[in-house]
Amino acid sequence: MTLLAVPVQALFGQLLIGLINGSFYALLSLGLAIIFGLLNVINFCHGALYMLGAFVSWFLLEKAGIGYWPALILAPLAVGLFGALIERTLIRRISSLEPLYGLLLTYGIALMLQGLFSNWFGSSGMPYEMPSQLQGGVALPFMFLPNYRMWVIGVSLILCLGTWAVTEGTRLGSWLRAATENAPLVSAFGINVPRMITITYGLGVGLAALAGVLAAPIYRVSPLMGADLIIVVFAVVVIGGMGSILGSIVTGFGLGVLEGLTKVFYPEASNTVIFVVMAVVLLVRPAGLFGKQA
Amino acid sequence: MKARIALLLSLALPFAARADFTGKVIKIGVLNDQSGLYADLAGQGSVIAAKMAVQEMGGKVGDTPVEVIFADHQNKPDVGSSIARQWYDADGVDVIVDVPTSSVALAVSGVTKEKNKVFIGSGPGTSDLTGKACSPNTVHWTYDTYALAQTTGKAEVQTGGKSWFFLTADYAFGQALERDTTAVVKAAGGEVLGSVKHPLNTTDFSSFLLQAQASKAQVIGLANAGGDTINSIKAASEFGLLKGGQKLAGLLVFLTDIHALGLQTAQGLLLSESFYWDRDAKTREWSKKFAAQNGGKMPTMVHAGVYAGVLHYLKAVKALKSDGDGKAVVDEMKKLHTDDTLFGKGTIRADGRKIHSMYLYEVKKPSESKGPWDYYKLIKEIPGDQAFRPLGEGGCSLVAAAQK
Repeated sequence: MTLLAVPVQALFGQLLIGLINGSFYALLSLGLAIIFGLLNVINFCHGALYMLGAFVSWFLLEKAGIGYWPALILAPLAVGLFGALIERTLIRRISSLEPLYGLLLTYGIALMLQGLFSNWFGSSGMPYEMPSQLQGGVALPFMFLPNYRMWVIGVSLILCLGTWAVTEGTRLGSWLRAATENAPLVSAFGINVPRMITITYGLGVGLAALAGVLAAPIYRVSPLMGADLIIVVFAVVVIGGMGSILGSIVTGFGLGVLEGLTKVFYPEASNTVIFVVMAVVLLVRPAGLFGKQA
Repeated sequence: MKARIALLLSLALPFAARADFTGKVIKIGVLNDQSGLYADLAGQGSVIAAKMAVQEMGGKVGDTPVEVIFADHQNKPDVGSSIARQWYDADGVDVIVDVPTSSVALAVSGVTKEKNKVFIGSGPGTSDLTGKACSPNTVHWTYDTYALAQTTGKAEVQTGGKSWFFLTADYAFGQALERDTTAVVKAAGGEVLGSVKHPLNTTDFSSFLLQAQASKAQVIGLANAGGDTINSIKAASEFGLLKGGQKLAGLLVFLTDIHALGLQTAQGLLLSESFYWDRDAKTREWSKKFAAQNGGKMPTMVHAGVYAGVLHYLKAVKALKSDGDGKAVVDEMKKLHTDDTLFGKGTIRADGRKIHSMYLYEVKKPSESKGPWDYYKLIKEIPGDQAFRPLGEGGCSLVAAAQK
């Protein structure tokens, strides 16, 4: 059986791969959405912090002999703290200004981080061994699925759904959403909004770092890994609707699949298809698929 | 007014009388990728290599000092050609070297011809630079897609890889490499089952490799370079292509790519280079000097080509006592035999192609490697006259003119 000259079995494989790539998009855009929702900051250094996550895990392995599993916790923690520091010392100072200033500031931070690491490590990056427990794979009828990729999908789904559940269903989440709507009012109820903002930024950034650790064994630890990804992730956030958590998760996975299919039917366009979708969405629904119409 | 013109003329006269070296300095512009996926195989290393060649000539030709500047073309033809124009028109650059990324190199070659300067390509791959797009102002030094196909491509077919599937970077270089390798495969009785063209600088290759896997081809030819090749090889090993009996042919793999992959993943890969740092005592000595300035990283063949190309350019300028007429300098470069520690003795043909041996290497197993950067073992040397395209077959207009 074939569909447009592509065997249906092969299509299953491509759909699955699309989901895997989508899980990276989802993890990164989720953090961006949370940060934008609460801080009104377009966090352009998200990609650089994703890269930083991968580098921290590489350092842990090379310099301290600490392997993948502890790094999965330690790297996001370290980068999250670094993010909190950025928020406290830099982003907070411009919180009263337009979002554009936040974009410029974080873009500058991204350029500095990437420049420093390119200077130190070069552009081709370093290998990071896959943990032995996740090597190998399963032979499905339509493809060979590496165990590690399944693990990535699993972790990403759990984190995305978990974050969504927390923001929608817990008291902390309701504070978060309330502070997004009206921060002065929430602080009038005795909630420490500035601290909440710092924690939120640290969390969002920690998610990016975790995606970086997950990506390290698949690709490699390289200074430009975030720069290559961040533009796509921003398109995902715009399509999903700025600040919409559910939107960023659904669009992240969805666009991963769409990109995967483009790689089969018209590979030359695989790096532009997401931007075409973005243009169309902006024309038809400027607030994004899941965004609140202004 | 007249007095002012006279004054200007009198100021200009001393230079006019000497008329040897434009702008009183020989200016070498290294134009390459300084920040992206080709920055390690070219980048600052090429600047270091050019400076080493200048040092070897004593920093000047006659009394004229030699200066090296560099810029980042970001792998974009429009950026590259506008830098080239500015360098030639405003900054007094006499020769542009390196320029990886074939699409940029073709653009720079055009500008160089228009301005009658000199372009020495080390990084670019496309064999069109000395074929249908050849120019009297261009020398193509280190390697080209035809030679890669003749070395790695032929070796794979000869060891039984008859059916091929290509993963091709969708720009001038990838297309030329696929075309030249396809010709070699077909000439040797093999067949090409299909190909997929991916955008330059792709992160995830799993989707493309799945298509390659489904084609059931014996050999998957990687007609890409740098970070793209690294990502393809990693994904191929992850998705079990190699265990399934398919073979990868890295048609253009650089030393820095192997370093980034690690021997565990890269072992057994066949690849071709025109230079490897550990080939003999002389290359080792030069490379160690280079590495000391390059953060401990050994040179790639692109770096070696920049060094040798600049050295030969300076020799030609010295012999001519002039750098003003780019075409005349390139003619002189073709007339003089090349001789340097890295590529040995060689020639530059009428079409601008530098001729030297190509080497087929296999990547060592981790157990065979004696230390950092000890990555290759030599399989065989292919003499220059067999490795590169015969002069008459490229369709270069300069060839017919030279034979008249």
